[in-house]
Amino acid sequence: MGIVTPGFRGRPRSSGPDLPPGQYLTHDFPVLSAGPTPRVPMDRWEFVITTETSRAHRWTWADMMALPSETPTVDIHCVTKWSKLGTTWQGVSLDTLMSDVDTAADYALVQSYGGYTTNLPLTDLLDGQAWLAYKFDGEDLHPEHGGPARMLIPHLYFWKSAKWVRGIQLRFDNEPGFWETAGYHDYGDPWREQRYQGD
Amino acid sequence: MIEPRMDLGPHLDGNVLAGPLREIFAMDVTAATSRCASCGAVGAVAALHVYANAPGMVARCPTCEEVVLRMVRTPDAAWLDMRGTVSLRIPM
Ligand SMILES: [Zn+2]
Repeated sequence: MGIVTPGFRGRPRSSGPDLPPGQYLTHDFPVLSAGPTPRVPMDRWEFVITTETSRAHRWTWADMMALPSETPTVDIHCVTKWSKLGTTWQGVSLDTLMSDVDTAADYALVQSYGGYTTNLPLTDLLDGQAWLAYKFDGEDLHPEHGGPARMLIPHLYFWKSAKWVRGIQLRFDNEPGFWETAGYHDYGDPWREQRYQGD
Repeated sequence: MIEPRMDLGPHLDGNVLAGPLREIFAMDVTAATSRCASCGAVGAVAALHVYANAPGMVARCPTCEEVVLRMVRTPDAAWLDMRGTVSLRIPM
């Protein structure tokens, strides 16, 4: 068994002013997956924000669809070195979801159906920086891209934009997630090329 | 419940593992048998379901699909996570 080299081998690397260091431009949408694709029936889907005092705020699919949505156009940067510019999404801003959540937490652990997790500071979910996204390019989000709903946090490497998201745990401590416990950076700013622990 | 106080007995530091671990990690580990920490299933490492289109390699149990082991290669290190493995039986 050979040790994997991150990234898609053999792809040409280009760069431009819109690309963070070490990234190349792609026009397709590569599918990255660390496991089977979870299939969540819409009538059982829910999104839960749990505070540091164990207070749970829940939304069913219908609840979420009743919230005001936004249509951000953003650049996305994968730690495996592809970047895709000008992607269009539809989803609910985390500012909307967090508006009634009373918390003193500093960190968030995002949790997905299927067991994936990823961590980030709570401030990175607020102020128009993050969405619970359910449409990509005008279409319902395909399961292989994280549908029915995924996080969209485009200012961080895309592993932070958890697919198949089911909730967020608000915490005082920065509990490392799935990739963060296996060598990847706790924050993951593509413009500072924070790929790995210690970068 | 009160935990009993523990007195450290005679012990060595991890340097003594160098020889034994070098012997193990030089082996072809895909020939080993692993026990899944989640469901207890025992099977060949070569039979795990490996998801490699990802920031690392994720090997899952073919019985329960939980993670058995993960490997990430950074420019200057290899990370090996075996939390999902109770044990590996490596034929010698
Ligand atoms: Zn198992």
